[in-house]
Amino acid sequence: MNIFKKTILTVLASLFLVVNTNADNIKIGTEGAYPPWNSKDAAGNLIGFEVELANELCKIMKHNCTIVEQDWDGMIPALVSRKFDAIMAGMSITDERKKTINFSQGYADEVASLAVMKGSKNEGLKTLSAINLTDISADEQATLDTLAKAFKGKTIGVQTATIHQNFLDSGLMGKVKVRTYKTQDEVNLDLAAGRIDAALAAAVAFTDYAEKSGKAVVLTGPTFAGGDFGNGVGVGIRKGDSKLLNDFNAAIDKARDEGIISRLAIKHFGFDASM
Amino acid sequence: MDLELMISSLPKLLSAAIVTLKLLSASLFFGLFIGLLFAILRISKNVLINKFAYVYSYVFRGTPLLVQIFIIYFGLAQIEYLRTSFLWTILKEPYWCAIIAFALNTGAYTSEILRSAFQTIKPGIIEAGKSLGISNKIIFYKIQIPVAIRQSLPAYGNEIILMMKGTSLASTVTLMDLTGVAKYIISTTFKPIEVFIVAGGIYLFMTFIIHNVIKYLEKKYSFQ
Repeated sequence: MNIFKKTILTVLASLFLVVNTNADNIKIGTEGAYPPWNSKDAAGNLIGFEVELANELCKIMKHNCTIVEQDWDGMIPALVSRKFDAIMAGMSITDERKKTINFSQGYADEVASLAVMKGSKNEGLKTLSAINLTDISADEQATLDTLAKAFKGKTIGVQTATIHQNFLDSGLMGKVKVRTYKTQDEVNLDLAAGRIDAALAAAVAFTDYAEKSGKAVVLTGPTFAGGDFGNGVGVGIRKGDSKLLNDFNAAIDKARDEGIISRLAIKHFGFDASM
Repeated sequence: MDLELMISSLPKLLSAAIVTLKLLSASLFFGLFIGLLFAILRISKNVLINKFAYVYSYVFRGTPLLVQIFIIYFGLAQIEYLRTSFLWTILKEPYWCAIIAFALNTGAYTSEILRSAFQTIKPGIIEAGKSLGISNKIIFYKIQIPVAIRQSLPAYGNEIILMMKGTSLASTVTLMDLTGVAKYIISTTFKPIEVFIVAGGIYLFMTFIIHNVIKYLEKKYSFQ
């Protein structure tokens, strides 16, 4: 066999290998830019709650896992086009996303919150401490009205394609200017620089940033859950990939029973965010 | 293929294309002045002025536009002093940050295009002016600049098209231009192919228009 043929065959063989992902070799996509869920250390290695949890789940499922990085705004399209087989990227389970992909049961949950800079007029708003949007009570509506009044015409930054963007777009908080960013880091930078009046994200994303950067970012208003904020964070899996879905569900059950999820959550969030 | 999505996203993308055109025309407007100024500095006999203009065009042509826009948008915002100065009223707005980055970038390329056009003007044209007793200043304004602009039309047309595509980077600093809105639609539909095909089609159409306008101008102001 001449060298030319050999090369062609090698290339074809490698293509074949890439296309046919063996069931036991799975790739998990994460963002690597949403601490403490997932992030990167100084050397560029992926770290965080979900990276460690993914490794634990794979051990339970006895799958060979590789964790790969993917920009947030292309996460679901990348899963659908088979760049990887599962998403573990702090992705909340929402009806909108369920139209395109499936989710495992939730493995962790945490609340969203608004953040402003210390000294802002909207620091320490008098509202309920937590609201759930699935079934809005009169008190909760009053809190939403307070927020709508406080942030009327203000610019609020969010990461693009998130539950936080969906909530602001829904108009439940009245007329605010929504500015969308590619990463949460960029939202934090512009909040600290004063380009935006407030930001909305997972509460831990702000406390984590305030702690690491020393910037005077403070939470304000209630914490949000339910409704547009979804029902916890789960593993995103392609529709039709039911074997993997069952594997993950079983593994999450086992990890929960053995206390692995709680242990990792306390380690990374500082409180038990497992569910 | 989701044809319905392609059709329903077309009006949203078309109105976003207006933002793209605004960014493009503002950048080209300021960029042309910057380019002309630096082209004149570049043909100056003063070494210092000449080197200054050279370094400017070298830096802006030698670094990616994305890096430039990030330095201007996220970088400058880190400087405490700037945030308290009057400059912050401009730098606070993503729109102006994008235009500053684009204008400085296209200005660098335009200065090189115009410089080479100045340097390739046939000496005979200038000598003809001189032999008619026209002053150097008038030769420069009435002969050299118009001839240089005509000479640089084909290359400048290319630069306009490159800049038009470059404006897509405005979406990285939160502006809702054509690419920004396309990404926004994708973020709720998760269908990148359909939306990007429509957005790409609009970019292509804008290129088509720019290309033909330049071709028309070339013909109209041809030397023949």
